[in-house]
Amino acid sequence: MAKTESEMTWEDIEIGAIATSPGSARQYQTGYWRSQRPILDKSKCIKCGLCYLFCPEGCIKESKEGYFEADLFHCKGCGICYRECWPIAIKMVEEEE
Amino acid sequence: MANRVGVEVSIALAEAVGLANTDVIAAYPITPQTHIVEHLSELVADGELDAAFIPVESEHSAMSACLGSAAAGARTFTATAGQGLELMHEVLYIASSMQLPIVMAVANRALSSPLSVWSDHSDAMAVRDTGWIQIFVENGQEAVDNIICAFKMAEDHRILLPVMVHLDGFYLTHVIEPVMLPNRREVDNFLPPNDYPLPLWPENPVAMGDFAPPVIYFETKVAQEMNLRKAKGPIIETWEEFNKTFKRHYQPVELYKCENAKVLLFTMGSVSETAMTTIDKMREGGQEVGLVRLRLWRPFPYEEFRNAVKDVETLIVLDKAISFGGPGGPVCSELRSALYNESKKPKIVSIVAGLGGRDITTSDFEQIINRGIDIAQHGSDKEYEIYGVRE
Repeated sequence: MAKTESEMTWEDIEIGAIATSPGSARQYQTGYWRSQRPILDKSKCIKCGLCYLFCPEGCIKESKEGYFEADLFHCKGCGICYRECWPIAIKMVEEEE
Repeated sequence: MANRVGVEVSIALAEAVGLANTDVIAAYPITPQTHIVEHLSELVADGELDAAFIPVESEHSAMSACLGSAAAGARTFTATAGQGLELMHEVLYIASSMQLPIVMAVANRALSSPLSVWSDHSDAMAVRDTGWIQIFVENGQEAVDNIICAFKMAEDHRILLPVMVHLDGFYLTHVIEPVMLPNRREVDNFLPPNDYPLPLWPENPVAMGDFAPPVIYFETKVAQEMNLRKAKGPIIETWEEFNKTFKRHYQPVELYKCENAKVLLFTMGSVSETAMTTIDKMREGGQEVGLVRLRLWRPFPYEEFRNAVKDVETLIVLDKAISFGGPGGPVCSELRSALYNESKKPKIVSIVAGLGGRDITTSDFEQIINRGIDIAQHGSDKEYEIYGVRE
């Protein structure tokens, strides 16, 4: 199993920092850039999937029950899902320290 | 057998690029580099060199095209000077950090404004920190030899870095000299085909120059720094191997008449040969002076430099560039740093001279050395001395 970026030392860096296998961008944690997080109220959600379509990061996925929820490892907290959710099922809350 | 010919240095350098079986040349003409790329263009057009010559619209594009070419595994060459090198600036960092083995000749030229096509080292000093291997040459033979060596160094799997060969504009590029031009068989034996280990190739896809967030960027820079520093060993080996075949030996730091010298002059580039004549004359007059010349500017050869100056009382450093508002001579500033923690070190005098093609003659060097000795003995309230400017 290859090391993740956060485990690699400088000696593990490939020639010219060249990526030799696909999918490494998934390892980039962008979630910690967030100052607000989206919270889904399942009682209001109608499973329309608009948030999924509008999420610019592609980090919202459909669960087995058919709800759409953000993957907080990648969600940058932009609030676009909150703005587009017309049944008002998503709210943004401040990230605590 | 090598062929001894009388030839303009630019033409000889271009012939060396041809002898190296270069695959791609992407270049934009600029004085005083023009004759190098003109001749390469002719070699390609006449069918003497089986290479792609990419005429681009700027130096930024020239270096960018070189990135693509080297990334595809092609042996890649370009040449530039002065403003052209500055226009390439941001792409130079990409070439070194992506470890692409590009070879570039730089016909050293002053920077605008005012506009000057004449030579100094302002352009070289401005790209000091770009992560390239940088070699200075003193005459046409050294230019030819070091272009051939540069390909071998750049493509060495222990190195894999771009290499700049600095030669002074006009002083070297436009001078006709006797040069031993090696033949193709000798060069083929010395220089194996380029075999870049991770080229762009559809059957084995790779991604170059990716995005690196804070969690990994720093590691990539340390890897780059360590790689450039450890390149010194293989660089020296390449020069030793070149010597075995061609009987001309290059070293990171080269000495001229330094035996028993109390005073050493330090130079880089074509002025070194003028300085040698001065050293000869002053030695004949009984003065114990010698000359240290730096050939390998990056990676900086700390050990070799410290060894060369460890027993002298005075080191007079000639810079052909100014670090404005800073230490004056950029090279001298580095030499001072290299010696600062040594328990035994010479007094160091920084001299800036020869900007924008102002000639430094043998008698100038005699005055520079004598003034340096005087400053070392009596001190100075200045960071550095300017030589040769009307006051």
